Amino acid sequence: MSVPVEFYMVLSGLVFIIGLVGVLVRKNLIIILLSIELMLNATNINFVAFSSHFGNLSGQVFVFFALTVAAAEVAVGLAIIIALYRHHASINVDDFSLLKW
Amino acid sequence: MATFVFLYFAAVIVMAASLVVIVRNPIYSALSLLVMFFHVAGLYVTLHAEFLAAIQIIVYAGAILVLYLFVVMLLNVKQEESFNRQGPVALFLGVVLLTEAVLLTVSRGFTVGTPAPGREGAAVGNTESIGELLYSTYLFPFEIASLILLVAMIGAVILSKKGIMESQ
Repeated sequence: MSVPVEFYMVLSGLVFIIGLVGVLVRKNLIIILLSIELMLNATNINFVAFSSHFGNLSGQVFVFFALTVAAAEVAVGLAIIIALYRHHASINVDDFSLLKW
Repeated sequence: MATFVFLYFAAVIVMAASLVVIVRNPIYSALSLLVMFFHVAGLYVTLHAEFLAAIQIIVYAGAILVLYLFVVMLLNVKQEESFNRQGPVALFLGVVLLTEAVLLTVSRGFTVGTPAPGREGAAVGNTESIGELLYSTYLFPFEIASLILLVAMIGAVILSKKGIMESQ
């Protein structure tokens, strides 16, 4: 346990920012969902690092819950993508402007 | 030695995460996310979270990513032409995040609290202690999690099944 917890925080921040940039920059809906997975994994790394740092297992339990939410998000998100593709034959976010003001 | 192991995992994680965003083909994107999931699991093992490492591989790499690959193969999308043009928004958000990080690091010093004195719980396995915590302290959130999964399952079926809403 010689790795300082700051290293894990920097790694987690990097992965989170990469995911954020992916959400902002890409147009493919599937890639946007994959970038959201990146951000969830960044928070999970942080949770586990601090759980190990403080010797408290609650952080690992919260990773468990984050994983549950990720699974639910993937199921609903991919179902929405399939429904959108069925109506518009496209998963480019530029083609969907119904909710834009 | 532990630092070298961490640096290897961190380098591969950051590179695979960048590839997810950079690569044009969604299949390659999903496969590089698979590489990242495996290395995050390796990081969990070095942090003495063996149960989460197994869950990471089984659930993330085994279930979630396979679902992504199914959808990618099912839709058969063409490679996208260009990246999105959201320069001002991305720049604003990046600057805000960066200044926030710098301010938090500089103004209050960079202390994360004292580490745990000793690693208790070495006698009890990682899975066993997590299970005890999950079924005692976090019992109610655990039940809520099962409810969330049920709602997601019903929602996915209703959204993706053709004609289930129009028939009434």
